[in-house]
Amino acid sequence: MGGLSVAWLTLIVLIPLAAVVVRSFDEGFGAFWDAITNPQAVAAIKLTVGVSFIVAAIDAVMGTLIAWVLVRDEFPGRRIVNGLIDLPFALPTIVAGLVLLALYGPTGPVGINVAYTRVALLLALLFVTLPFVVRAVQPVLMGLEREAEEAAESLGASAFTTFRRIILPALRPAILAGVGLAFGRAVGEFGSVILISGNLPYKTEVASVLVYGQIESGNTTGAAAVSVFLLVVAFVVLLGISFIAKRGADR
Amino acid sequence: MSRTALRTIALGYLAALLVVPVGMVFYRAFENGFGAAWDAVTTPPAQHAFFLTITVALIAVPANAIFGVLTAWVLAHYDFRGKRVFDVLIDLPFAVSPVVVGLSLVLVWGRDGWFPSTEVIFSTPGIVLATIFVSLPFVVREVLPVLEEEGTDQEQAASTLGARNWQVFWRITLPTIRWGLTYGIILSTARAIGEFGAVAVVSGKIQGRTETLTLYVEDRFQSLDLAGAYAAGVVLALLGVTVLAVMTLLQRRHGRI
Repeated sequence: MGGLSVAWLTLIVLIPLAAVVVRSFDEGFGAFWDAITNPQAVAAIKLTVGVSFIVAAIDAVMGTLIAWVLVRDEFPGRRIVNGLIDLPFALPTIVAGLVLLALYGPTGPVGINVAYTRVALLLALLFVTLPFVVRAVQPVLMGLEREAEEAAESLGASAFTTFRRIILPALRPAILAGVGLAFGRAVGEFGSVILISGNLPYKTEVASVLVYGQIESGNTTGAAAVSVFLLVVAFVVLLGISFIAKRGADR
Repeated sequence: MSRTALRTIALGYLAALLVVPVGMVFYRAFENGFGAAWDAVTTPPAQHAFFLTITVALIAVPANAIFGVLTAWVLAHYDFRGKRVFDVLIDLPFAVSPVVVGLSLVLVWGRDGWFPSTEVIFSTPGIVLATIFVSLPFVVREVLPVLEEEGTDQEQAASTLGARNWQVFWRITLPTIRWGLTYGIILSTARAIGEFGAVAVVSGKIQGRTETLTLYVEDRFQSLDLAGAYAAGVVLALLGVTVLAVMTLLQRRHGRI
C-alpha cells in the first residue's frame, strides 16, 4: 500500500519535476548559467523576489491586523467578513486578475488606472495571498490566554507595549508560517498577473511569465533553467515552514 | 490605536482589495442585462470549455481522493524510512509555480520528452495530469490529521474480532474520515475548476478542443471581447463562491469554526 502511494507521487509529481532539473543542465552548466544570468532573466528574477518581499511584509501587517479585528472585535456582519477572507482561495486566479482590472483598469469607474504597472502586480499578489497570514494567526489568537495581557495592562503598560511584549511573541511562529506561504505563492504566481501586469520585459515581467514566454517560443532549456530557480525557492519555503512547525511543536 | 480605527483599516483594506473589485466584475457582466450575459456564456466555444472543465474535474478529483485517502492511511499507520521526506514532498504541488508544473509535464510527455506521446500534451489527458498535479495534496492534508487524532484502537479491535481489511476500512476508517474527506474533495474541486497556468502550458489553448473555462476567460479578454470575459469570469466566480459557501456551512455544522 505504501509503495503504491509513493509510486503515484513519483509518477505524477517527482518524475516531471526531475525532468525540469535535468533539462536545465542539458546543454551543460555554462548554458544553465547563461540562461539565468541574461539581463531579461535577471530583471524578472529581481522583480519577482523584490515584489514578493513587499507582498509578504504587507501581508504580515495587514493579515495580523485583520485576524485581530476578526477575533477580538465585535461588529455586525463579522461572520460574513470572516467567510470572505477565503474568497481569494476559492476564485480562479485568472478571475482574480480580471476582477482587479474591472475596478483598477483602464475602464474602471474610480479613475485609477494601474494596468501594466508594478502597482498592478503588487495588487494582484496581495489579492491572491490575502488568506495565508489571517488564517495562520486567527486560531492562535483565539487560543491565547487573556491573563498575561490583563496583568500587563493593570501594571500600567500601554496597549502598544502589551501588543509588542505579550501578544506579538505568541503570534510570531504563526505569522512567520503564514508569511512563508504567502511569499512562496507570490514567487510562483501566474494566473492573476497575466492579464493585469501587461508582462512588459524589464518592467512588469515576473519569473513565471518569463518561463511561460520561453516555453511558447520553444526555448524549453531556458525555461527549465529559470524554473529551477523557482523550484529552489519553493523547496526553501517548504523546509522553512516545516522547520517552524516542528520548533513550534517541540515547545 | 483605538478599536474603531483598527476595524476601519481592516475593513477598508478588504473592501478595496476584495469586495468592491469582485462586485465590479458582477456589475460589468450584467450591465447589459441578464440576457446578454447568458448569450455570452452559451456560445459553442463557451459551452465546450465549460464541459471540458467539468470532465477534467470529474476525472482528477476522484483520482486525488483515492490517492489522498491511501496516502493519509499509510502515513498514519506505518513508520518507514524517509517518511518525513515523503510527508514534505506531498506539499510540493502547493509550492511549485503552475507554469513550472506545465513545463514539467511537457518535458516528460511532450514530443522530445522522456516518454514521448502524441496523446497527452495539447490534449485532454495532459490537462487531466496537470490538474491532478496541482490539486494532489488537498485530500491528504484534510484526512491525515483526522486519522492521527483518532488513533488505531477501533480498527485494531475490529481486526481482533475477525473483520477483514476491507470491512475495517468500510465500517471504521471511512466513517471516521468522512468530513475530512468531504473538505478535501471540495477544495480539490475548486482548485481543479480554477487551474490556469499549468493547463495553459499543456493544453495548447485550442478553442473548441482543449480550452478550459479559465483559458476561455483569457482568450475572450485577449480578443478584446470584454463582455464575454466578464460573463465567463462570473460563471467561474459563482462556482468558487458556491464551493466556499458549502464549505463554510459544513464547517459551522461540524463545529470547526
